[in-house]
Amino acid sequence: MAKELICVKGLSKEFDLSAKQRKLNNTTEKVKIAVNDVSFSVYEGEVFGLLGPNGAGKTTTLRMLSTLIKPTSGDALVDGASIVTEPDKVRAKIGFLTSELKLEQFFTPDYLFDFFSELHGVPSDVAKARKKEMFSRFGIDEFAAIKVANLSTGMKQKASLVISLVHDPDVVVFDEPTNGLDIITAKTVTDFLLDLKAEKKTVMISTHIFSLVEKLCDRVGIIIDGKMIACDSLAAVCGEMNLEDRFFELYRTVKGAE
Amino acid sequence: MKNNKIWAVMRKEFARFFGDRRLVLTTIVLPGLMIYALYSFMGSAMGNMFGTEEDYAARCYAVNMPASAETLLEAGLGTDIEHIGADQTDEYKQLIADGEADLVIVFPEGAEKLFDGTAVPSLNAPSVSLFYNSAEVDSFNAFDGANAVLQGYESSVTNLFDVNVGEEKYDLATDEAAAGQVFSMMMPMLLMMFMFTGCMSVAPESIAGEKERGTIATLLITPLKRSHLALGKIFSLGVIAILSGVSSAVGTILSLPRLMNFEGMNVDASVYGLSDYLMLGCVIISTVLLLVALISCVSAFAKSVKEASTALSPIMIINMLIGVTAMLGAAPANGVMYCIPLYNSAQCMNAIFSFAANPVHIAITCGVNLAVMGILVFLLTKMFDNEKVMFSA
Repeated sequence: MAKELICVKGLSKEFDLSAKQRKLNNTTEKVKIAVNDVSFSVYEGEVFGLLGPNGAGKTTTLRMLSTLIKPTSGDALVDGASIVTEPDKVRAKIGFLTSELKLEQFFTPDYLFDFFSELHGVPSDVAKARKKEMFSRFGIDEFAAIKVANLSTGMKQKASLVISLVHDPDVVVFDEPTNGLDIITAKTVTDFLLDLKAEKKTVMISTHIFSLVEKLCDRVGIIIDGKMIACDSLAAVCGEMNLEDRFFELYRTVKGAE
Repeated sequence: MKNNKIWAVMRKEFARFFGDRRLVLTTIVLPGLMIYALYSFMGSAMGNMFGTEEDYAARCYAVNMPASAETLLEAGLGTDIEHIGADQTDEYKQLIADGEADLVIVFPEGAEKLFDGTAVPSLNAPSVSLFYNSAEVDSFNAFDGANAVLQGYESSVTNLFDVNVGEEKYDLATDEAAAGQVFSMMMPMLLMMFMFTGCMSVAPESIAGEKERGTIATLLITPLKRSHLALGKIFSLGVIAILSGVSSAVGTILSLPRLMNFEGMNVDASVYGLSDYLMLGCVIISTVLLLVALISCVSAFAKSVKEASTALSPIMIINMLIGVTAMLGAAPANGVMYCIPLYNSAQCMNAIFSFAANPVHIAITCGVNLAVMGILVFLLTKMFDNEKVMFSA
């Protein structure tokens, strides 16, 4: 059995709702449970997909794993380090990619790569070689000296991706990898994720795109209204059905039960 | 390794700031230049306001004016004086009130006797009335001139003694003491303001701005310690704020003599020695670090740069009031007073500029300011770690 690189145990996250938000959502409850007692494991060298509709709690789960926010209860271990008690260690082990993380417009990709390499404590010769490799792989080399502000949207996202991975992490957490990308850039990104898989890296993505899960993922977790409804290998979750039909069957069961 | 990361954050802040020519120009070059130009202009404008144009002929009228007085007054005022009748006095007084005339001199009946050298001093001396309008510069100057001529004449005919009429230098204040008084009155307040505005021009942008643009999250998912991020930001912003403050201070020191319009007085900052500047430097550095930390904490709470500026304006006013306390008299002698942050800085600068600096007070001040900065850095570190503060939407 492969090593458990991400081990999530009873993870929950509640957000306080303001009076205004309560009114908008037509509810009297003061807290919104975004993630409700979620547990799952991701094994070394696999691609794990978190599938669910908007607002299901995918991004919140990933933000907790990347230590941007703290869980209300529960914990998760990333390569043995707790996101609650050892966030510094977790940050060194994972690369978190999301459109939420912006690059400073004033700087060039070249400068930012060096800066983040330094923050991650990557030796400068290693960083230099990695920069060369990653920049040519994503076609950033000719834009390396242009300020982020002047790059195209796709180039910005590619630069952001490369810079999130300066430290060559063993665990890559990617929130909505192809959202907002044009078809060419989306293809570059999915190919890159397949390369990571081939390199035995552990990858976790969140998405609402069935085809992406079918193409990339070894295992899938279906999350609806903050609860993990099903979590297993793609074949075990789907059975005879395709992923889309299976998802809507589960979705109707959950929503119908309410 | 640890300190390298603080240094990395500092280098990034410096690269951001010094790489942007416009930012350098507006934050460091312009403040000093603007203050120098503004104060020099204000100084010469004020000088002009209280002077009359040289060839201006005041419109003067007199009642019962003896010939000898006319000669004296016309020589003194440099203008002809028109005789009017006593019944016209009220009419001309109205003209003065309306700004149409400058001066009406009303001599008592039989004033000739006062000017022919036969008059003797008496307790019930007759009175000469000068009607003028203090709101009109020309009228006021005519009054001033006529008053000086008449008082001078009066004291020359009944001379008992004179005061300070020789060529001697009567004001025994040294240039140093005179400069000390001017600088200690103005500089502590101005420096408190310059330091605050220097911090204001960089800290909200660097903290609230990064939050607003989402770039702080990118830093927060790296293994960089929050305390190192806080220290790196505060040190680098402190350096930039000091440069901005120094620019304003240099502009002020160079233009202050012009603003205060000291004729022939050698008021300049060369009266202060190296030790004065060293003490001043210590006070300024500790104060700027405290202010940057304070402004950074407030900025970290704000959702945007705009919100940060709004939240900081009351603090700016308090800071200015603290600066004003340094204008009101000498620095307190009690060491306990130097435990109040910011107030201690203003008072220490007051003492330094009046050549009355007490090294113990300065040491207390720097210590207290740095300790408060330490507390604020701790607070900022906690805030960087708090999702509700960092990701408040």
